Amino acid sequence: MKKFSLLSTRAGALFLAPATALVGVFVIVPFFWVIFVSFTNRTLLGRTAVDPDFVGLQNYFALFNPATFFTRGQFGFSLILTIQFVLLSALIGQALLGLLLAWLSQTVTPTLKSFLQTAVIAAWILPEVVIGFAWFAFLDYDNGTLNMILRGLGLPPGDWLLQQPFWVIVFFNTWRGAAFSMMLFNSAFQSIPPSYFQAADVAGATSWQKLRDIALPLIRGHVVTDLILITMWTFNVFTPFLLTHGGPSYRTEILSIYTYRIAFKDFEFGKGAAVGVVIMLINLAFALVYLRLAHKKPVEAE
Amino acid sequence: MASVEFQNISKTFGAFVAVPDISFQIADGEFICLLGPSGCGKTTSLRMIAGLETPSSGRVMIGGRDVTYLHPKDRGISMVFQDYALYPHMNIADNIAYPLKVRGEAETKRHARAKDVADVLKIGDLLKRLPSQISGGQQQRTSLARALVYPSEVYLFDEPLSNLDAKLRLEARGFLNHLQRDMGMTAVYVTHDQAEAMALATRIAVMDKGRIVQFAPPIEIYRRPATTFVANFVGNPPMNLVPVEASVGDGALHLRADGLQVAPIELTDAVAKAARSGKMTLGVRPEHLRIAGATDHNILSGELFANENMGPESLVTLERGDNGRVTARIFTDDEIKVGTSVHLAFDARHVTLFDDTGARIPAADER
Repeated sequence: MKKFSLLSTRAGALFLAPATALVGVFVIVPFFWVIFVSFTNRTLLGRTAVDPDFVGLQNYFALFNPATFFTRGQFGFSLILTIQFVLLSALIGQALLGLLLAWLSQTVTPTLKSFLQTAVIAAWILPEVVIGFAWFAFLDYDNGTLNMILRGLGLPPGDWLLQQPFWVIVFFNTWRGAAFSMMLFNSAFQSIPPSYFQAADVAGATSWQKLRDIALPLIRGHVVTDLILITMWTFNVFTPFLLTHGGPSYRTEILSIYTYRIAFKDFEFGKGAAVGVVIMLINLAFALVYLRLAHKKPVEAE
Repeated sequence: MASVEFQNISKTFGAFVAVPDISFQIADGEFICLLGPSGCGKTTSLRMIAGLETPSSGRVMIGGRDVTYLHPKDRGISMVFQDYALYPHMNIADNIAYPLKVRGEAETKRHARAKDVADVLKIGDLLKRLPSQISGGQQQRTSLARALVYPSEVYLFDEPLSNLDAKLRLEARGFLNHLQRDMGMTAVYVTHDQAEAMALATRIAVMDKGRIVQFAPPIEIYRRPATTFVANFVGNPPMNLVPVEASVGDGALHLRADGLQVAPIELTDAVAKAARSGKMTLGVRPEHLRIAGATDHNILSGELFANENMGPESLVTLERGDNGRVTARIFTDDEIKVGTSVHLAFDARHVTLFDDTGARIPAADER
């Protein structure tokens, strides 16, 4: 039987061509180019900029050198910092807060719900540079809004960007990204027939029981999608640079900022590319784990 | 089991008035059907008993207790939903046992109880399946089992059979009927299917535009419909309603309409009063019409419009001069050809008269 098609194969190929060319030039080629560069000692300046040598796995050995691995400003330190950053700001912060907000907004009045959503989404739609400076102003020691509030309440002010830089970027990223998870979970909850919850209400289920027994199992796919996306985004996010520039003394230098420093401040393209490849592999591993979770069938009760 | 009472209940959604003002009482052990077309407020009323909607004013009483503002779980009710509301990720046993789970019953105990109920409902061998792996009728019984698994004062049904095909619906209806007789449950059952209401209810509340038009036992509703709305809603096919011109003369009521011949009707006070407007509606049930013979005095005539053979009976529809149609259930095998003129006879005692507002005029032998 002939398969129905809207376009002839040739016309289809024609429509696909521009996108294929763009993806090829800006995604596929750089992808392989980065892998290639990571095996060289290419730099921006000097002899190796023109004529880089093939150095094999030397860049990778340098990254995983046990002597310096955990030292501040080195790859291992950044990696561990990034993992903490992802766990705290993406998984606990964004996903959990987003889930909680979405769940609570199912029960509040429509007016309060739209107000809540507007407030949360505002944090998400503002341009990054704008919110970067807004937060900088918010946290400033002398004239920052936060310290003014604290002084007004009679509490001691703090120089947050210097004293607690890591928690600042964790809090910042949670604030910034919770809206996405909230919206995703919100629409997921709304896809569940209301009678499911009403039947549970009649049966006497509490809000927590409804969330655990009905809502979460039914939006499992959405949860996994959300976790994949926000893990990737947070793993690769560069915006904290606007607040702390990776400092003070590398204390907020997550991997994306580390890569930037190695490649574009220290101009070691080869090593920077190696970090990029490692990040890519880590992201791939995350995605595979999550997809496995998503495809796992619900356990049947005995 | 307990009684249910609505005291001056109203419910509005924004500017839309779903239920203007309803009061009724349901005694312990009654099976009440709320019957009406979609949008008549029957489901809203049920959901106010359940506590899924809060009345805008008035009080809901269950077992003499004011439950108007109580949470559904504190009302002692069970409910069966139109879409069954089975949890697709739980197997049948877990679905049935879920109300026990949220009450903190141990797993072995609640599964044993679920098994008992499932056995009664003939789904005991499906307990390990998922809802998607069983048929619609079995899903319906699963949702029924979930409502029966814990003791309740009142059982609420929101069009529970409307998603089943005709055959399964009949089967499930018979089953519910049997169960009600067995348990003597107090139940409120919402439906738009008059046959379901007739078959199940001890009393039917016929609703229209948020009001209860008539609240009476099924046979009363059938024999003495309070209004033309009820007459037109109950019965399959519904009662034939013929608008007639009424006049009083020689101490009797005379009715005139195209294709209608009717012997003068005894003049009671009520009839005389209704006749003043000059307009009435004559109602005759399809099963009270027959092919007219030479001696019949009460006759409706017209061109044959349709003749549907249903097996035991035929539905014969004729079209009168003014385009009004009349349907009769004729228990005969005689072939009637389309386009031929047909005369249908009826007895005076089977006539129901309605006044110009649509309200039934009491017959001479009433009161």
